[in-house]
Amino acid sequence: MEYVAQQVMNALAFGAEYALIALGLAIVFSIMGLVNFAHGEVIAVGGYTMVAFAALALSNPFIVIGGAIAAAVLMSLTLERVAFRPVRYADPTTGLLTAFGVSIILQNVFLLVVSPRPVAVTSLYFLDWPVRLMGVQVSSLQVFEAVTTVLVIIGLMLFLKRTTLGLAMRAASLDFEMVRMVGVRSNRVFAMAFMVSGLLAGLACIFIMARRGSVDPHLGFNPVLKAFVACVVGGFGSLPGAVLGGFLLGAIEVAMLVLLPQEYGGMKDAFVFGIIALVLVWRPDGILSPRTEKGDKI
Amino acid sequence: MELSTQPGAFPAPGPEPMLKVENLIVSHGPIEAVHGISFAVDQGRCVSLLGPNGAGKTSTISALMGVARSSGQIAFDGADISDLPVESRVQAGMSVAPEGRRIFSNLSVEENLVLGGATRPDRDGKDADISRWLETFPILGERRDQLAGTLSGGEQQMLAISRALMTRPKILLLDEPSLGLAPKIVTQIFQMIEQLKADGMTILLVEQNATQALRLSDYAYLLNNGRIVAEGTKETLGQSSALMAELTGIA
Repeated sequence: MEYVAQQVMNALAFGAEYALIALGLAIVFSIMGLVNFAHGEVIAVGGYTMVAFAALALSNPFIVIGGAIAAAVLMSLTLERVAFRPVRYADPTTGLLTAFGVSIILQNVFLLVVSPRPVAVTSLYFLDWPVRLMGVQVSSLQVFEAVTTVLVIIGLMLFLKRTTLGLAMRAASLDFEMVRMVGVRSNRVFAMAFMVSGLLAGLACIFIMARRGSVDPHLGFNPVLKAFVACVVGGFGSLPGAVLGGFLLGAIEVAMLVLLPQEYGGMKDAFVFGIIALVLVWRPDGILSPRTEKGDKI
Repeated sequence: MELSTQPGAFPAPGPEPMLKVENLIVSHGPIEAVHGISFAVDQGRCVSLLGPNGAGKTSTISALMGVARSSGQIAFDGADISDLPVESRVQAGMSVAPEGRRIFSNLSVEENLVLGGATRPDRDGKDADISRWLETFPILGERRDQLAGTLSGGEQQMLAISRALMTRPKILLLDEPSLGLAPKIVTQIFQMIEQLKADGMTILLVEQNATQALRLSDYAYLLNNGRIVAEGTKETLGQSSALMAELTGIA
């Protein structure tokens, strides 16, 4: 029983991490149709910020966490301004290639400037200690992760419901030109999308770093790839879809880990993606795919 | 239908036209849709652009709003806005209820109006305006929390016009407000436009439905194949040309 509960907690923690990153991808995609593969490097920037703080002997957890998140937000905003603004209205393929280019450049910058090898970051170990939750032994980090993700989702929902800029972002996912024609500055909408995306990447960075305890140039690559899959399964561009896809992927991964016999362990990912493929056969556009038509009755 | 706008809510006419367009050329990629047209709209007046499908009416509206590539001069409220981006044109006082309505179907009726007033700094005035439009169109008031995509065509048009008015524009551009609506609804929409005009709103109306449009227009331009082929008041336009009959179906 305890084993099952622990595995459920594992699934929730993995799912929460994927959901955070997938939301960051989805919010940008929903507005500008860009699959931001450089999102992983935004996460890595957060990690390297922690390295920098450690080198400066800054170990106050608030500074480390706040600094890493702020760095990710700044990085995301900078990418929007420098790399993605020029291709804002270009073909989606152009945006995708730009994102890949940015991703490769940044990975190489990390490689040259810092190190190709993992750099240890110990300042977040304090986040992880064993706790008993309703009689089940789990990791505090997993609890933080699940709680943070729930709070983020609630916060994001309130922002999208209650603020004018939030309404503009929702409307922009259907008809950006019309949003501009009511006078909303498109730069503000794009900047806000990348800011939220960067914030989500920063939060994900905290949890990834706390679990791994080290950063290397490819820190963000695997998580973003998984988040991309989560987005596809959930329905690309749909925010609820990104969350659902993230948690679903986490659940499938942990289920395969638990259920697959030892000798098939190495094929875990094959089974995970096989299940994902089956889901896509059932729902080719993803489970909660956003409506693609403008919805106007003529 | 009663619009609860107070008389004199919009300023009185001045000497210069509110909107003056000269030699406007609009292209969509390599295709030129409008070949250099000139027209003007005086303050407090309703001016129509009439013409058949493909005449260049909607291209003209898009160019006026700054969302289509165009050349030529557009002077609005005493300033040259030809090079301004769309957001600045809205700030300057232009607003549009576009062809196909383009309401935000994934937002509620009320959220559509809130977003319509996104540029308004006066929170209280904005809230008052939202209440006013929801009262003016009780059907929208009843459905304020409903997704706008679930409204009927006529309701969507009312919402589109209300949304456009949320910016408190100096000129309202209406692109085919009667398109695809039942005759009874068309009458209602035109009553609404008439009331706006009576309140002093400056209106540029684009229509295929020339009979209805001419009835409330002070002046009209007839477009065909991207050129103005006739212009005049409803009297001079209405009786004179066989062209008018051919292009708009008015005898």
